[in-house]
Amino acid sequence: MTQFRKGLWRGALAAAAVAGFVTSAAAQMELKIMAPAAPGGGWDQTARSMQQALTQSGVAKSAQVTNVPGAGGSIGIAQLVNNSKGDGNQLMVMGYVMVGALLTNKSPVTLDQTTPIARLTTEYEAIVVPADSPIKNAKDLAAAIKADPAKVTWAGGSAGGVDHIAAALFAKAAGADPTKINYIPFSGGGEALAAILGGKVTAGISGYGEFESQVKAGKLRLIGLTSAKKTANVDVPSIKEQGIDLEIANWRAVVAAPGISADQKKALTDAMDKMAKSKEWQEILKGKGWEDAYVSGDAFTKILAEEQARTKEVLTAVGLVKS
Amino acid sequence: MEAFTSLAGGLAVAIQPANLMFALIGVLLGTAVGVLPGIGPALTVALLLPITFKLDPAGSIIMFAGIYYGGMYGGSTTAILINTPGESASMATALEGNLMAKAGRGGPALATAAIGSFVAGTIATLGLTLLAPYLVDIAVSFGPEDYFALMVVAFVTVSATFGDSPVRGLTSLFIGLMLGLVGIDLLSGQSRLSFGVPELYDNIEVTTLAVGLFAVGEALYVASRRHIQEEKLEAVRGSLWMTKEDWKRSWKPWLRGTMFGFPIGALPAGGAEIPTFLSYATERRLTKHPEDFGKGAIEGVAGPEAANNASAAGTLVPLLTLGLPTSATAAMLLAGFQQYNINPGPLLFAQNADLVWGLIASLFIANVMLLVLNLPLVGLWVKLLTIPQPWLYAGILVFATMGTIAANPSPVELMMLTVFGVLGFLMRRFDFPIAPVIVGLILGPLAESQLRRALSISLGDPMTLLQSPISATLLTIALLALVLPFFLKGLGRFKAVED
Repeated sequence: MTQFRKGLWRGALAAAAVAGFVTSAAAQMELKIMAPAAPGGGWDQTARSMQQALTQSGVAKSAQVTNVPGAGGSIGIAQLVNNSKGDGNQLMVMGYVMVGALLTNKSPVTLDQTTPIARLTTEYEAIVVPADSPIKNAKDLAAAIKADPAKVTWAGGSAGGVDHIAAALFAKAAGADPTKINYIPFSGGGEALAAILGGKVTAGISGYGEFESQVKAGKLRLIGLTSAKKTANVDVPSIKEQGIDLEIANWRAVVAAPGISADQKKALTDAMDKMAKSKEWQEILKGKGWEDAYVSGDAFTKILAEEQARTKEVLTAVGLVKS
Repeated sequence: MEAFTSLAGGLAVAIQPANLMFALIGVLLGTAVGVLPGIGPALTVALLLPITFKLDPAGSIIMFAGIYYGGMYGGSTTAILINTPGESASMATALEGNLMAKAGRGGPALATAAIGSFVAGTIATLGLTLLAPYLVDIAVSFGPEDYFALMVVAFVTVSATFGDSPVRGLTSLFIGLMLGLVGIDLLSGQSRLSFGVPELYDNIEVTTLAVGLFAVGEALYVASRRHIQEEKLEAVRGSLWMTKEDWKRSWKPWLRGTMFGFPIGALPAGGAEIPTFLSYATERRLTKHPEDFGKGAIEGVAGPEAANNASAAGTLVPLLTLGLPTSATAAMLLAGFQQYNINPGPLLFAQNADLVWGLIASLFIANVMLLVLNLPLVGLWVKLLTIPQPWLYAGILVFATMGTIAANPSPVELMMLTVFGVLGFLMRRFDFPIAPVIVGLILGPLAESQLRRALSISLGDPMTLLQSPISATLLTIALLALVLPFFLKGLGRFKAVED
């Protein structure tokens, strides 16, 4: 993140904090949070954790969670855009995965139609190999991909998701043709992990949380995280620090319904600002191992637009989206 | 035996009054949500997670495990009584179970399901205790090509559900395979046969298809026949409990079902559907009473139910030893662990031994509780069948619709339920078997994606299917199962294979 953007973020936070003290109506808010996924997944857990933090910290009077599963969130967002127009109490959890899903599903509804509120958490992607693999670091993996991208098999989540995009970006950064990568999608983290542990594939790519205990037990070797710098929880330098120019994070955020007034948007943003700072939210982040990546207001709107542009470019490059 | 000392320590944890209470709450809740179609154990655990946040980890994880086992019990009750399997794992149970219920043998059907679940659950939990570390190595060595071979075996055994006519059976199977193509293709991320309807992107829900074909189709069929000939339903004919004969015919299927359920459930992509159908097919072949199949054979309930519960215990093998959640409920259990900063995986047994063995011990206790809870309820449940037919089937329609809406609140889903209901009616009317449709929907997409993964890894070389010893063995079994009967009985028809 550039210095400029950091400054912008801090400024936005400060402004929001000041605004927070002015409005006291927020405590009466009765929020509805939609998780555009089935119970149990990451978005659902985020929505339910928000519910817990919002009500326990007294930021909102109540918060009701609904699940609208389907098609990587395409059905949830359609419902938000079509049925909740102008509703200042409705929020929807979303994430980087939805950016890609809306593109590959050719969704008629786009994120531009929603009102961005705030980014909440982030998780870096991790690349791992089986413990007995000859590949020791990011350079080795990059060399193998450059030699023959098809022979390096990747196991990760669904096609067009953040894992797939990260694998394509890695190949591109390694100087190989990203359209030639041999990416094998698995449904759910468990199956992919089994394939990596069993040595069926060359490398695995997913959120670090999926691999953490296996890495610590010495069954998988961590090649690196997709963060800018080495993070405190791992012993390996980031992939970027190893000389492969790859930086990507799987973030989760909240957006609101289209057509809400400036006051309504401000009230929701204030509520999120307060929630993000609350003791309850911070405890949840620690408990779940989620990294705090709170950004609200215009700074988040800008990030969302940038991520959409970059994702479209990658997905077009690997042939999942026709330009 | 180290495992037994640890287990004794675990029992000490599980037997604390507070934890016993949590186990009881868990099994009660689990049975309740299992009976209601639509609200599965996964959703229940999801709803309870925020509430249990402040509780003691051992207590709440024990409660979640109770919900998990309880849900597996409850699902079979509706499958047997009203032909409405609450989840895909109870599908095979519905086949013979509901026929038994209609023949006035609902009591023994429920009893053999409950006792079979208990036997299988206990043996499988014992397997979990003793074999988990070894089994997990085998499970991880299963590659996509091996899964594909396992699916091929399952496909071959599907013929057991074909009934009298192989042509009709194959037609049904292909309808299922076609429905299985609908939605986003997992490997390419592109949608197929979904005609731009976003609800179809996520593939056709197995429970919607099953409830539509089984429950709605049946209700329509009964309504259409009502004025021609009224089907007499007797709630109880003969004994409410299992007779000596029933016991004799049940115990072997229980054990065989367990042998299918536990290892396949322990495979990361094994699931509960394949072992239940394999068990059904096996019992159908081995039975000494082939004439009962299609009229309500107790073996056809005992085997699949045991397989179902054993696979539930099997699922815990990769969850506890690797941190691999292989079902929706297992994923919620994992979230439950993580809420307390406990990470299941290779280090769990070392770092949180008390908790793990407490959990395993409480699975044994939950099993006993479920048996004690469910057997007395059998008498009450079969009373359901004495409700006059129009009322009963109206109730089934309400239940089926509510369950579908609860699982997926969308008008498109309801439309699908209706369409599948009409399809189920037509298939009954023209005598096409229904089970192969569902088997096709479940197995088709699995087999396809595993085969394509295997070929993707081998860079397109089909020999990978024969080079893996597991895959080669399974394919040989499939080939023998397909060909041998022809040689043994002369070049008869498929029919001859079954009868």
